[in-house]
Amino acid sequence: MGLVDVKNLNKSYGEFKAVNDLSFQIDQGEIFGFLGPNGAGKTSTINMMIGLSRPTSGHIMIDGIDAIKDIKKVQKIIGIIPDENNLYDEMNGFDNLCFCASLYGIRRKEREKRAMELLELFDLTKAAKRPFKAYSKGMKRKLTIAAGIIHNPKILFLDEPTTGIDVESARQIRELILNLKKQGKTIFITTHYIEEAERICDRIAFIVNGKIVKVGTVTELMENVEHEHKIKLQLDSSIKYVKEELENKFVNCTVEIPDENSCLIISKERIALSPILQLLDNKGISVYEAKEIKPSLEDVFVKLTGIEASKLKKEKEKVGK
Amino acid sequence: MDTLVAFWNILRKDIENYYLKPPNISWGIIFPLSWALMLFMRSQQAVEIIEILPGLMAMSVLFGTTSMLAVTITFERKGHSFDRLLLAPISLKVMVLAKIIGSVLFGIFNAFVPIIFGAFLSDLSDVNWGFVFIGVLFIAFSSTLVGLVIAVSAKEIFEAQTYSNFFRFPMIFFCGLFFPVSTLPIFLRPLSYALPLTYGVDILHIALVKSGTMSVWLDLLILSVFSVLLFYISMRNIQRKWIL
Repeated sequence: MGLVDVKNLNKSYGEFKAVNDLSFQIDQGEIFGFLGPNGAGKTSTINMMIGLSRPTSGHIMIDGIDAIKDIKKVQKIIGIIPDENNLYDEMNGFDNLCFCASLYGIRRKEREKRAMELLELFDLTKAAKRPFKAYSKGMKRKLTIAAGIIHNPKILFLDEPTTGIDVESARQIRELILNLKKQGKTIFITTHYIEEAERICDRIAFIVNGKIVKVGTVTELMENVEHEHKIKLQLDSSIKYVKEELENKFVNCTVEIPDENSCLIISKERIALSPILQLLDNKGISVYEAKEIKPSLEDVFVKLTGIEASKLKKEKEKVGK
Repeated sequence: MDTLVAFWNILRKDIENYYLKPPNISWGIIFPLSWALMLFMRSQQAVEIIEILPGLMAMSVLFGTTSMLAVTITFERKGHSFDRLLLAPISLKVMVLAKIIGSVLFGIFNAFVPIIFGAFLSDLSDVNWGFVFIGVLFIAFSSTLVGLVIAVSAKEIFEAQTYSNFFRFPMIFFCGLFFPVSTLPIFLRPLSYALPLTYGVDILHIALVKSGTMSVWLDLLILSVFSVLLFYISMRNIQRKWIL
């Protein structure tokens, strides 16, 4: 049994099934990611796990506690970072953090000390006395995350942590998430950024229409794509006139010419480079670079879910605006 | 102890963020003062001033509490900061009580503005201050709970304000604030007795001018029943509507 154990979870709103028979486990100390488009059921699942929504049916156990029957016990050991920054606009950064700590019963001296530490960690010390409403998007996101971890929770729930913020803040947040993992925290994250999931998650679940399509590590998920070997060569001139000769000599390979100064050598088997390079050299074509093109998680996602990655990107842009 | 820390900080945050803001303090002072002035200008004798104090105090509490709680909760719900409270490891009852107490204190403050004003113009030596305080407390509590019922029903701030007025203005006329319930047409009287403010105003009449229509203890009993009922209706609605 994992630290988080979800079994046959369902959530319906009338006829609409937002979450459809979800089952998954999260092990202690891992970063588990939900990857899916908007409306896939990511936030609905998180809301049921943290107590903001009641499941239609199913079971949720968190650290051995039944989260449906005893959510207040669960809320003591979890930290929640919602998809929207939900701190108090009129209060300054320091007071916001202290207030959030007080909700967990942390005494004044301790919460003030912790708030200062977190402001320093998130590089917000200078903005400590500024009202939350005067923060930039990235600063707001960072303070919201700080508020979610001020009580030192065992498990963290992050809903779209880097959506709509600048690249630098997103990078800092990803680094912070990885540092929290190093400290032994268990992290459940939802995202529709494929690269983010790939970079920070130990295991990823693809979720579409309220259902988990596939769960696994990045390597395990990659196994779902039929592996073709692809090598891209960067050349000093076109190989149009040697394409046929190449394909005749290396019968397992096909050659594609995406542009004037490059070509793609594709084969089901591993590609031995030196004979190819030798042939090109004999024809007076210099090769400046050879790069293996590996299938991406995006390819796996498209194959397993049938959703074009461009759709996720469009949603990403929409949310970013 | 952890619960107490959370309770106190929710209360303190509300007082600092909402109730101690200059516009609200001025509302708390200006609103009863302007009504007092309007009514005092009509009244020529001291005895009449003390007679209108119960209605004036009740109205100040009613307008202060119902709108403040309904608006602040709807405001926090819209900005999602209310979710922070729902996700805190404290019981829903404790959280709601902390929200209520801020509004109750604001209501009590509003009630004593007309008293201070009236003290300069009328003889208040014969007033039963114990009953005055209990009456104000119960009016503040029950009106706050009406505000909470409204807050649970409203999605937008303007809705909360509209619903508040929908309840408040009829109460001025039906609850015996300035005209005794006995002067209302007979078919409207059941409505008066279905509103908690009627009983709070009756306590204030007894305490200030010794002219109530019921026993203080019966008023308190009925107000307690109203308060418990409104509290549980709100709790049930919060669980049903806010924890989907």
